[in-house]
Amino acid sequence: MSTHTLSVLVENSPGVLARIASLFARRGYNIDSLAVGPTEDPNVSRMTIVVNVEGHALSQVIQQTDKLINVLSIIELDPIASVQRELLLVKVSTSPETRSQVLETVQLFRAKVVDVAQDAVTIEATGNSEKIQALLRVLEPYGIKELVQSGLVAMERGLKPGKSQQPDHD
Amino acid sequence: MSAQVTGAQSLVKSLESAGVDVMFGIPGGAILPAYDPIFDSSIRHILVRHEQGAGHAATGYAQATGRVGVCIATSGPGATNLVTPLADAQMDSVPVVAITGQVASGAIGTDAFQEADIRGITMPVTKHNFLITDPRDIPRAIAEAFHIAGTGRPGAVLVDIAKDALTTMTDFNWPTSLSLPGYNPVMEPTAQSVLDAAALIAESKSPVLYVGGGMIKSNASAELMKLAELTGAPVVTTLMALGSFPDSHPQHLGMPGMHGTVAAVTSLQKADLLITLGARFDDRVTGKLSSFAPNAKIIHADIDPAEIGKNRIVDVALVGDLKATINALLPALQKQFAKSKPDLTAWWQLCNSWRAKYPLGFDEPTDGTVSPQYVIQRLGQIAGPDAIYVAGVGQHQMWSSQFVNYEKPRTWINSGGLGTMGFAVPAAMGAKVGAPDTVVWAIDGDGCFQMTNQELVTCALNNIPIKVAIINNESLGMVRQWQTLFYNQRYSNTDLHSKRIPDFAKLAEAMGCVGLRCESKEDVDRVINEAMAINDRPVVVDFSVHRDAMVWPMVAAGTSNDDIVVAKSMAPIWDSQEL
Repeated sequence: MSTHTLSVLVENSPGVLARIASLFARRGYNIDSLAVGPTEDPNVSRMTIVVNVEGHALSQVIQQTDKLINVLSIIELDPIASVQRELLLVKVSTSPETRSQVLETVQLFRAKVVDVAQDAVTIEATGNSEKIQALLRVLEPYGIKELVQSGLVAMERGLKPGKSQQPDHD
Repeated sequence: MSAQVTGAQSLVKSLESAGVDVMFGIPGGAILPAYDPIFDSSIRHILVRHEQGAGHAATGYAQATGRVGVCIATSGPGATNLVTPLADAQMDSVPVVAITGQVASGAIGTDAFQEADIRGITMPVTKHNFLITDPRDIPRAIAEAFHIAGTGRPGAVLVDIAKDALTTMTDFNWPTSLSLPGYNPVMEPTAQSVLDAAALIAESKSPVLYVGGGMIKSNASAELMKLAELTGAPVVTTLMALGSFPDSHPQHLGMPGMHGTVAAVTSLQKADLLITLGARFDDRVTGKLSSFAPNAKIIHADIDPAEIGKNRIVDVALVGDLKATINALLPALQKQFAKSKPDLTAWWQLCNSWRAKYPLGFDEPTDGTVSPQYVIQRLGQIAGPDAIYVAGVGQHQMWSSQFVNYEKPRTWINSGGLGTMGFAVPAAMGAKVGAPDTVVWAIDGDGCFQMTNQELVTCALNNIPIKVAIINNESLGMVRQWQTLFYNQRYSNTDLHSKRIPDFAKLAEAMGCVGLRCESKEDVDRVINEAMAINDRPVVVDFSVHRDAMVWPMVAAGTSNDDIVVAKSMAPIWDSQEL
């Protein structure tokens, strides 16, 4: 089994998420994460789906998903040729003694403190999966009270194919 | 210019604009607004007795005609009763559109009376579906539904319409173009894939044309004949493809699969190349997949790119419509064959030896009862290759595939993928509506018949004179066969007692049909001919047959095709050079 990131453009119509979820469920594909949101075109949404499948099953996942009428395009993103990010919000226990160490960690990871309480700070971090996991490992000894993580969102590097390679100066 | 109409009128105008000439259905609360304009429409509405019957009738109509079949039902139970036929049509790639009423949009999600989330329920068993709450969306949804159902790999599409969308005033505008940016079926295979396929065929010494139901969907029988005769290769036709290539043709080895001929099954096992045309490597054909056609390279032609590599890794994929694919392949092959054409003589000697040694056959019962195979064989011979044969699911279905000769496409209609018992009577009704001048025989089991026979009332009242042959072995015969073979003859719940109850002939008479009985071999021809002579009413013949007859050959589920058994405890004996 290996992990693959799929970038799926879908029509922004009711039930699309259910169709994708239903397809993955009935064909037995494992979803590691799924993120969905609007794109530059209000009629189109982008889903970033991380799947865990055997090698040759990947083309089945792609072909079966592409068959859904509301799916406009689907590509596998190469981890090197794409930008991949997760968002993390984590509430870490702090005491007067540990707070400065936690804040130092926040700086090292280029994360942000978004809320401070008497006995805890809430940290926001974005990054690829490895960075997020590394940050959590460092924070764990202080005591993680609560955490929430988004699914992966990802995009190909460079300009969209077909668009001008020249920057627009208008 | 568009006129103000109700959503219901817009729906009926849309169906008329889509070219619908007949639909099968039952009204009810949520769909009731649509039934008022249906009353005035040019579309023939056939009032069935159960929504499942409407769905299978639409499927039978579609399979007989190649057009999109239409069924219509109300919300809740009306809609859920369509789930089985929609799943059935989708599995067999049959173009069907179902229209269902839904509770008013404001009530959706409140567990309202007769509310069911039929869009959610049918999502996994349809090619696509719609929920319409705005009457302005009705024409476009109907146009898209028919386009999606009938093009590419055909399938089932459901359009669920909220009641208030049917009652609200709206404009009727039939769309002149469709906007389905995510739906672009590939019709022509790439030039390179065609060249690659031709090259593989030109070097194959033991090829087989493995033909599936896509051949019938694509109306490509004439092209298949050219390809078969150009290559000289043996042809096998799957359960869904019977009739796409004439059974009588010398290159036809029969049907592959669990109950296929030894020659067809073995040819696939021994081939060095499968030229797969609109077939999908179904488990009933491949047996244990890892041991299927172990030495064969695979050319796979299919209009659905997701079929490529689903069950079997392929060497050359030809994604496109089969007719276009074969038309592209023919000239490429002619060029290849001009350089060199393989000699298939040795291969044909082998195929012919299997065919000669293990022809299809059956034993006559010794207790004076009638063999079911004999009844079906005689039926096929008397009704002939111009008739349409529609089967249920089970032993009678397999015998009908084996002992009736199919010479033309769309003369064999059955439930292949889903295996829906009760399919025959309503599907035969739909086929007869689509082909009113053709003799339509439903060959049904006594178990199947008791699931959906109420549609004979529909047939009797609507001048749809189908003929039904009940192959009555008073058992769920195929299940009983498995109990005989794999459960030590412990016949748990397969005895239907249907030679005592019900009295099928009387039941038929009660439903406005002619009811006939046949209990001896001598009477078989006479009763079939009597049924053939009745054309003003449906006719039902109760053929009382031997209950222990079994379907042979058989590849037991999950085993290798190499372990085909031609009769109980009788495997083919292979000469050493064949192994």
